Amino acid sequence: MNQGLEIRWHGRGGQGAKTAALLLADVAFKTGAYVQGFPEYGPERMGAPITAYNRISRDEIRVHSNIYTPDLVVVVDETLLHSVDVTAGLKEDGAIIVNTTASKEEIIPLLNGYKGLVYTVDARKISIETLGKNFPNSPMLAAAVAVSGVMDKSAFLREMRTSYEHKFAKKPEVIEGNMRALAMTFDALADELKDRA
Amino acid sequence: MPKKDRMSGNEAVAYAIRQVNPDVMPAFPITPSTEIPQMVSTYIANGQMDTEFIPVESEHSSMSATIGAQAAGARSLTATSSAGLALMWEELLLAASNRMPCVLTLVNRTLSGPININCDHSDSMGARDTGWIQIYAENNQEAYDNFIQAYPIAENGKVHLPVMVCQDGFITSHAVQNIELLDDDTVRDFVGTYEPEEFLLNPGKPVSVGPYSISAYAMEAKKNQEAAMENSKEVIVNVGRSFERISGRKYGLFEEYRTEDADYIMLIMGSAAGTAKQACDDLRAKGVKAGILKLRVFRPFPAEEIAGALSKCKCVAIMDRCESYNGNGGPLSMEVCAALFKYKTDIEAISYMYGLAGRDFTVDHVYRIFEEMEDHINNGTDVEQYQYIGLRKQEQR
Repeated sequence: MNQGLEIRWHGRGGQGAKTAALLLADVAFKTGAYVQGFPEYGPERMGAPITAYNRISRDEIRVHSNIYTPDLVVVVDETLLHSVDVTAGLKEDGAIIVNTTASKEEIIPLLNGYKGLVYTVDARKISIETLGKNFPNSPMLAAAVAVSGVMDKSAFLREMRTSYEHKFAKKPEVIEGNMRALAMTFDALADELKDRA
Repeated sequence: MPKKDRMSGNEAVAYAIRQVNPDVMPAFPITPSTEIPQMVSTYIANGQMDTEFIPVESEHSSMSATIGAQAAGARSLTATSSAGLALMWEELLLAASNRMPCVLTLVNRTLSGPININCDHSDSMGARDTGWIQIYAENNQEAYDNFIQAYPIAENGKVHLPVMVCQDGFITSHAVQNIELLDDDTVRDFVGTYEPEEFLLNPGKPVSVGPYSISAYAMEAKKNQEAAMENSKEVIVNVGRSFERISGRKYGLFEEYRTEDADYIMLIMGSAAGTAKQACDDLRAKGVKAGILKLRVFRPFPAEEIAGALSKCKCVAIMDRCESYNGNGGPLSMEVCAALFKYKTDIEAISYMYGLAGRDFTVDHVYRIFEEMEDHINNGTDVEQYQYIGLRKQEQR
C-alpha cells in the first residue's frame, strides 16, 4: 500500500495537536498534494490523551482508517511518553519529534528501544518567548514540516501566514508571534537537519 | 470554473448549503448537532446567504419547524446527528407521509449505549423505515455532491419525498481532504428555483396538510407514498446523470468498483468503501479477483439492481455498520439476502458487522474478509455466516 507520508500526532486535549494536523493538511494542500488531516476523539475533556493524523500523498487518498505504521510521530506533550506507546508501529527509517526540555540522549531511553531518528524541540520555551503563553502546537507543526521535508521553510512560512490570517481573523495580534515561533523552530532544528542531509 | 480546495465534510456540506441558499433552516444549535448549522449561521451573519435560520429548543422542534416551513411553501432543511435524529423520529414519518420535499443533512454517529460519540450507522438505520430517501457518502466530495442533488430529487413531481444526506461522523465530517467545488451559479442553475404546486401560504388555492384520514382512505395514502419511493429510483439516476454533466463525477444507485470479472465482492456503504477500494487494488495486484460494490442509495433499496450486479460473483461479504439485534445480521445484510432470494441469485453471502461506535476499519480487515471468502469457496472451509470483524482479542479485553 503506497500512501505517501503518514504522520501521527500525540497530544493532550486543549494543546492543539488536532489543529496542528489540520494546519499541516492545509499547507501541504498548497504544494499540490493530496492530503488528509483528522483527529481521533477519546474522552472529551481537557488533558486527555488525543491522537491526530495526516496522510500526504501524490496519489488520491481513499483509506479512511487511523494510521498504524507512521513515517513520523510528533509528541506534543512529553508526559505522554510514560503512558502511551508513542513509537508503536513507527517505521525504523522514520523519525519521532518530542516536545521536551530534555536532551535527545535523555529521551531515547523512554522510546521503547526505537532505533530511528529522534529530534527534540523545546516548544514551551519557543512559545513563551514568542507568544507569552504555552501553545506548543505552532512550534511542533514547524518541526513536523522541517523534519518531514513536506515543503521548504520560505514556502511554509508564506503559506502559514495566509492560514493564520484566515484562522486568526478575529485576533490578528497573535499572528506575528506564531510566525516567529515557526521560524525559531526551523532555526533550532537547522543544524541537526543539515547533519542528516 | 470548478475550484480545487480542501475542507472537512462538515465544511463541504455547509458550503453546498450556502450555494443552494434554501429558504428556511431550523436546527438545534448544540450537541448532538454538528458544526454544519454553526457554519451556516456564520454565512448568514456575514451576509453570504439569506436563509432564515431558526435556532430551536430540540430536534423534535427542528423537524416540526422544517415540515411547517416546507408546507408553507419554503425550501427547507435541517441538520443533525445521532441522538438528535432519534428525537426527530415521530416527525420524520410526518415529513415523508405529508410528502414534504425537505432535506436533512445527517452526520452518522452511534446511538447509546454505551455512551459514545463516534461513527456508525445506527442513527440513520433506525430511521430507515420512516419514508425518507437515504443517500450515503464515501468522502467530503460525495457529501457535497449529494447535497446538491438532494432538492432536484426531492422536489421532482414523481417523488415529493424528503431526502436524508448522510456522511460518516468524524471519519469524513471532521477530516480535512481535497475537494473540487462547483461555482455558485452552476449550483444555483442546477438546483433551480423552488416552485411548489400546492402550499399553505397560497390564498388562491387552499390545501390541508396533515389532516386525519379515516381507514377508508389512509391505506391508499400509504400506497401512494410507497409508489413515490419506487419512482424516486429512476429520478435519482437521472439527477445523477445531469450532475455528471456539470461536475464530471458519476453517481448512480451504487458504484461498482472492479466487479466486472470479480469472484468475490464486498458490499459496503460510506467512508469504509474508500478503505475497501484501496485494499481491493492491493488484492488485485496479487491476482485475487476482488471487487467492491459501494451502495450509495439505501432508500429506495435497489434490490433488483443489486441482485443483478452480484449475480456473476461466487461470494459476497455484506458489511453492516449497525447492529439490528435480531440474531441474523445487520439491516443491510437482511435486505441484500432478501434481494438475492427474490431474484433467484444463488451465490454465497457472509454478513459482517464492523466499525460500531467508531471502531476502526482497516485495509487489513478487508484483506482478511476476502481471504475468508476465497477459502470458503475454494476449499469448502466452514465460515460463520454472521460475524463481527475487528473485535478485541480475548487477551486484550
